[in-house]
Parts: sequence; C-alpha cells; structure tokens
Amino acid sequence: MHPSTVGPVIEFRDVSYRVDDVHVLSGLNLQVQSGETLVLLGRSGSGKSTTLKLINRLLSPTTGEVHVNGAPAAESDVIRLRRRIGWVIQEIGLFPHFTVERNIALVPAIEGWPAARIGARVEELLRLLGLSPDLATRYPHQLSGGQRQRVGVARALAADPAILLMDEPFGALDPLTRDELQREFLSLQKTLHKTVVFVTHDLREALRLGTRVALMQAGRIVAVLTPQEFLRSTDPSVAAYVRVFGNGLEFAENRGD
Amino acid sequence: MNVLRFLSQNHEQVLELTAEHLWLVGISTLFAVLIGLPLGIVIARRPRLNKLVLGSANIIQTIPSLALFGFLLPVPWLGQRADRLAILALTLYALLPIIRNTYTGIRGVDPAVVQAGLGMGLTDTQLLLQVQLPLASSVILSGVRVALVISVGLATIAAAIGAGGLGEFIFRGLAMVDDRVILAGAIPAAVLALAADLGVGWIERRLQAR
Repeated sequence: MHPSTVGPVIEFRDVSYRVDDVHVLSGLNLQVQSGETLVLLGRSGSGKSTTLKLINRLLSPTTGEVHVNGAPAAESDVIRLRRRIGWVIQEIGLFPHFTVERNIALVPAIEGWPAARIGARVEELLRLLGLSPDLATRYPHQLSGGQRQRVGVARALAADPAILLMDEPFGALDPLTRDELQREFLSLQKTLHKTVVFVTHDLREALRLGTRVALMQAGRIVAVLTPQEFLRSTDPSVAAYVRVFGNGLEFAENRGD
Repeated sequence: MNVLRFLSQNHEQVLELTAEHLWLVGISTLFAVLIGLPLGIVIARRPRLNKLVLGSANIIQTIPSLALFGFLLPVPWLGQRADRLAILALTLYALLPIIRNTYTGIRGVDPAVVQAGLGMGLTDTQLLLQVQLPLASSVILSGVRVALVISVGLATIAAAIGAGGLGEFIFRGLAMVDDRVILAGAIPAAVLALAADLGVGWIERRLQAR
C-alpha cells in the first residue's frame, strides 16, 4: 500500500444520512486511497451498504459531502460517475434476460464501444475470472452461484473502472466457493490495483481482503485499522467483534466430541 | 344441427360481421395499448399518480357497457358514427387490465436487477427499454390478453347502437326469438375470444421461456 500523492480517491466529509428522523449515518469521515481495499465491517443495519450507495449516488447525503476523484460527487454527472465505478452486489442483479456475454458487455455497450472491442473484452474477462468461454451464451439461471458471482464481478470490471464497490459480494455463497472467490479476488487485486470499497459482516473476510478495515456501528465509524491492528486493538467494540468470531472456533475445539 | 346450416347458408354475412367484430376489437385494443402502456409506465415511476389513474380506470370499468354507449351518444363527432363510439367505449374498458398489468409488471421486476442497472449507470430510458419492459413483457401481455377477451365479449353489445359486429346476429335472434340466429353470433364470438386467449397466451409463454 503506497500512500497516494494525489490525495484520496474517495473521501467522506462529515457525511450524515437521514431517512425522515432516523439517523442512518452520522458524522462520517473517511478517506479511501488509490489501490487499497477498504473494508466496511459491521452488523446488519450499521450503515455499510448505505455508505457504499453514497459513493455512486444511488443515495445522496443529508449533510456533508462525498468526493470521488477529488471532485464532489454531487456535482458530477451521475451517469458518467456510475459508469466509472464498478458495482457488485450480493444479489448480483444480473439481467435474467441477457446472456452472460451481454451482461458482461453492459457498460461497454451503453458506452458505445465497437462490437469487436466488446467481444475481445468479454473474452478477456471470462478468462480473467476463470470462466469457460462456453458460458458466454448461457443465461444467468443456467449458472451456479459461484459462476454468477464471477459474472457479476466481470460485469463490474468491464469498462475498466478505477473504483470498485462491492456490497457483500460473496455473502450468499457456500464457504468453499466463497474461499475460492476471496482467493481470486486477492490475486486479481495484485494485478489490477483497483480502489475497492468492500462491505461485509464477516470478520475473517474483512481481515483477509482488506488493506484497512473500518468498523461501523449504528451509523458511525468506530475505528479504521489495518488487519494486524484490528486483531490487537483494545477498543471495546473492536475487541468484542474479534471475540465473537474467535468464540466460534474455541467452542468447536472445546466440544470434545 | 340447425345452427350449422344457418351459418353455412349465411356464411357471407357471418364472415362480414366477424370481420367487423375483429376490427372493433383490434383497433380498440390497439388504442388501449397505446394509451395504457405509457400510463402504466408513468404510474410505475410515480406511484403517487397510481391511485388516480388506476382508480379512474376502475370506475370506467364499473359503468355498465350499455349505459356507457348511451352516455357517449350525444358527444358531437363521436355520436355521428356508431363504430367510433363503440371503439371509444371498448378502448376505455380495455384500459384497466393493460394499465394495471404494465404497472404490476414493472414494479414486479427484481429490485436487485433494477438497482444493479442504475448502479451500472443506465439512464432511466435505458433501464426502461433494456430491463424493465422486457422483464415485464409477459405480465403486460397477459393484461392485453384479458383486455382482448373482454373486448370480444363487450363488442357484441356494440350492435345495440348499430356499430355492427357479431352482436347483430344476437340482437336479431333475440328479436326474432330464434336460437339459431343468436348462436350464429354467439358461437363465432366465443371462438374469437378463445383464439385471442390462446394466441396471446402462446406468445406469453414464448417470452417466459427465455
């Protein structure tokens, strides 16, 4: 991780987000540096996904500003902004009536790339994500969960965005497939150096994938730490999160059957 | 089979009235789609208009058809020709299923898919044309199917105001107290309704299979 000289790629400045009178997010300050994977960790309802949606303006902050690439997101053209940001969600949201190929080619196609370039890009991405070229003409419902999620990642990468937002992308997968995809994510990140904001509630996933981990609680960021710092932290909320996850293993070891 | 004999003896008139019937139903359903589809799209996007639009369409639907034909008679340009009147009335009746199904179909598209589309940077129009309408198409078509079947039945009443169609036989048969003549109108009308139902149903299944 090299601290960027050009400033953060994504920056939250005193951001709050309210729905009616409910404070979903308050006093959010956060910087994401170029090429790092920042993990937003926290339990359901802590505001992780909301934070993510503020970046590509699926939501707009009630107060404060979100800056992307040094400019206030609120002032940029929302369509352009979104096409420069890859977006992967747990439900995947592949278009069921599009083939794998067309799903991956979505952003290049609406950006008006020539067909030959789109074809080459799709082929390249299938290879990159370890998907067989035969799958190109299949429909999403004909794929396994892991394959679908890979297609989701390929689609997000299609127009080569510098920023990738991932909202519990591996949450719905079985542990083995999840492990596989996490490993692939790490090796992809080694070559692609995307700026990634990754949402999860799984501590193991956070520590494995994150350059830094931001723990969220009730709409606030409690701490932003490297994985090593996170494990050693004496902050009660951080320690509590680590303890709960550690417990699972200890219980298993102490069952004695 | 007296009815069959009657049908074959009068086959020219049967065909003529069937063609008239098809015209009334076809053109009014076409108008209903042209009006109902955009309205359904609008209320799917602005749910606040939903009650107003669906409510109005619902009220139209509760007006007895003969009464509606009667109400429209004094309207200047329309009242001059019975077929104009009949087409307007049939269009109004066909609106509800088309608006409602367009609305339900679009709202029924998986929110994850819509959000993914938005997050990828699709414009509203791209989202509508590439995602929402294709995914809602089978629901919308089933609305069209209901509209068609209703129209085929209702169009028989159009004969009461002289708009033609298979209702002519039915009303004539009623006046003559002759079952054969009534059936000569009713049977082809029933066949038309069935054909419309099966035909659109087939297209619907084709779309769903993908």
